[in-house]
Amino acid sequence: MSVLVLAESPKGKFKKAAYEAVHYGHKAAQSLGGECVALVIGACDDPGALGTYGASKVIHVADYAGGIDALVYASIIGQVAGQVGAKAVVVNHSSTGKSIAGRVGVKMDAGVVSQVNSVPVAEDGGITVTKPVFSGKAFAKCKIAGDKCVLSLMGNALPIEEVGSPCAVEAGSVDIPANSVTVKETKTVDGEVPLPEAELVVSAGRGMKGPENWGIIDELAKTIGATTACSRPVADTGWRPHHEHVGQTGVAIRPNLYIAAGISGAIQHLAGVNSSKCIVVINKDPEAPFFKAADYGVCADLFDVVPRLTEAFKKMKDA
Amino acid sequence: MKLLVCITKTPETTAKIAFTDGDSKFDESGVQFIMNPYDEWYALVRALELKEQHGGTVTAINVGPAANDVIIRKALAIGADDAVRIDTEALSSSQVAANIAAHAKDKGYDVIFTGKESIDYNGSEVGGMVAEHLGLPYVSYASHMDHDGSKATVSRDIEGGVEVVDVAGSFVLSASKGLAEQRIPNMRGIMMAKRKPLNVEAAAVSDSKVSVVSYTLPAAKGGVKMIDPENMDELVRLLHEEAKVI
Ligand SMILES: Cc1cc2nc3c(=O)[nH]c(=O)nc-3n(C[C@H](O)[C@H](O)[C@H](O)COP(=O)(O)OP(=O)(O)OC[C@H]3O[C@@H](n4cnc5c(N)ncnc54)[C@H](O)[C@@H]3O)c2cc1C
Ligand SMILES: Nc1ncnc2c1ncn2[C@@H]1O[C@H](COP(=O)(O)O)[C@@H](O)[C@H]1O
Repeated sequence: MSVLVLAESPKGKFKKAAYEAVHYGHKAAQSLGGECVALVIGACDDPGALGTYGASKVIHVADYAGGIDALVYASIIGQVAGQVGAKAVVVNHSSTGKSIAGRVGVKMDAGVVSQVNSVPVAEDGGITVTKPVFSGKAFAKCKIAGDKCVLSLMGNALPIEEVGSPCAVEAGSVDIPANSVTVKETKTVDGEVPLPEAELVVSAGRGMKGPENWGIIDELAKTIGATTACSRPVADTGWRPHHEHVGQTGVAIRPNLYIAAGISGAIQHLAGVNSSKCIVVINKDPEAPFFKAADYGVCADLFDVVPRLTEAFKKMKDA
Repeated sequence: MKLLVCITKTPETTAKIAFTDGDSKFDESGVQFIMNPYDEWYALVRALELKEQHGGTVTAINVGPAANDVIIRKALAIGADDAVRIDTEALSSSQVAANIAAHAKDKGYDVIFTGKESIDYNGSEVGGMVAEHLGLPYVSYASHMDHDGSKATVSRDIEGGVEVVDVAGSFVLSASKGLAEQRIPNMRGIMMAKRKPLNVEAAAVSDSKVSVVSYTLPAAKGGVKMIDPENMDELVRLLHEEAKVI
């Protein structure tokens, strides 16, 4: 028996998410019994590095260059899972992982639980694992009947540890089906950590008055190396790009630090950010609901406070 | 074009989240239910636009009990031509997807729409499962789609940007924000919805692989620490030394 982990390697490189998934797979294998096998599809500079985080071996399907195609990925994962006797498949809860998990579950006739944040445990003739539900407003302990599961791992849920050393890499031997979609173009912002992966996030809302005032937010974010986000009305009115919108109907994030300036803290906004480890709220209204969900609050005019917070961070960095 | 839109029911976004029966059941008392926003605002409306452009029919499908007819009628009021309800409790995404696939098989839908996720269980699972059952391509998190009647170009939301893909023939699509503009049903639509067919079909699959054992609420925050606006050095110190996040 084994746990098979899909380690994403966008542009040939692993990101933190891949190490998280492998380390989670390692822990799942310890819990359920068996070994952790990592699967890498497409170009990859250093697949063996996954051994450091707990993979006992890596299977590399190197000769696929067709982009993210859920049908192709599910087929490859299904074949490799069969070859290594995998009872559990782990993917990240990323745009790629989420697109694949359900397909693999159907293929393997396995129970699927997405966005898990705990290590699976075999009990009562099944497997139990927890996940957030109702947009982070609660957690559910789920039970999978039988002994096969597909899990997508929530980002930033468990710490990564180095538990081994680089491991052997085997060339995968699979039939690759024809592509069902053709990837024409990928447009991502360069040099910025995408929101779902960001550890530090600086976010602003309607209190900014207009898009022309965002300089102070960008400056704060740049100073600490944070990714910028915004509330929904701000994205809806085109002040900021759609991919920055966080909340129940936007991106759900879980950074270590979330700084919110000029955001009231409506329940739908909180739904996407309330799992952040530390929340700082800057709002001039002492009654703003966001203060109830915050760890630290500053009740003042953001146009005055934000630049001074940036200066304070710069001072700390220089010290 | 023949279009199928999967719609589900979720608690209204401000609903109080509480549990009963020893924290094993969601407490529905006093909770208002709505059509899942991604299904209503984006998936359904984009399907209607395609029909307006190319002709054809839009069918809404829901897996659930008779109480769901309210949200199904709303889909008809917004403009779907007819609807199907698979008469069973929705137990899990695998059981829901298997039933939707059983209905859709051999019906020749050009596009099967789902929402990007249901806002209660946030699974994002059903679309991919339906696609796998039917052996169709799956294009997830679509924020833009052009369709010429036989093939489509879709922008998908990915981490930090978008990916543009081409897909030909039938496929399953999950809708995220931006795919269309929300439509509000008008009086005429609401009247017409009463006469549109809502066909109830028996469930083909009734066993479920996943169930919820218990729920917990997140630990309450320790209370906010207010910082003197004149002293941002203090905030930075606390973030560094106390919260240890920077
Ligand atoms: C179904 C549904 C889904 C939704 N999903 C989302 C979602 O995913 N994400 C989301 O964000 N919203 C969502 N919303 C909208 C949400 O309900 C709120 O309307 C929205 O979050 C408010 O945005 P805001 O805080 O930027 O603006 P406002 O509520 O207008 O708040 C602005 C805040 O800025 C403060 N302010 C003003 N000037 C200053 C200043 N100079 N200095 C300091 N503070 C100042 C004000 O005191 C106020 O608290 C959803 C709504 C619905 C109905
Ligand atoms: N009971 C259901 N009936 C019909 N469609 C559903 C049902 N549950 C989920 N869906 C569809 O699947 C999408 C994703 O749901 P989920 O996988 O639960 O996040 C939803 O946006 C709906 O389009």
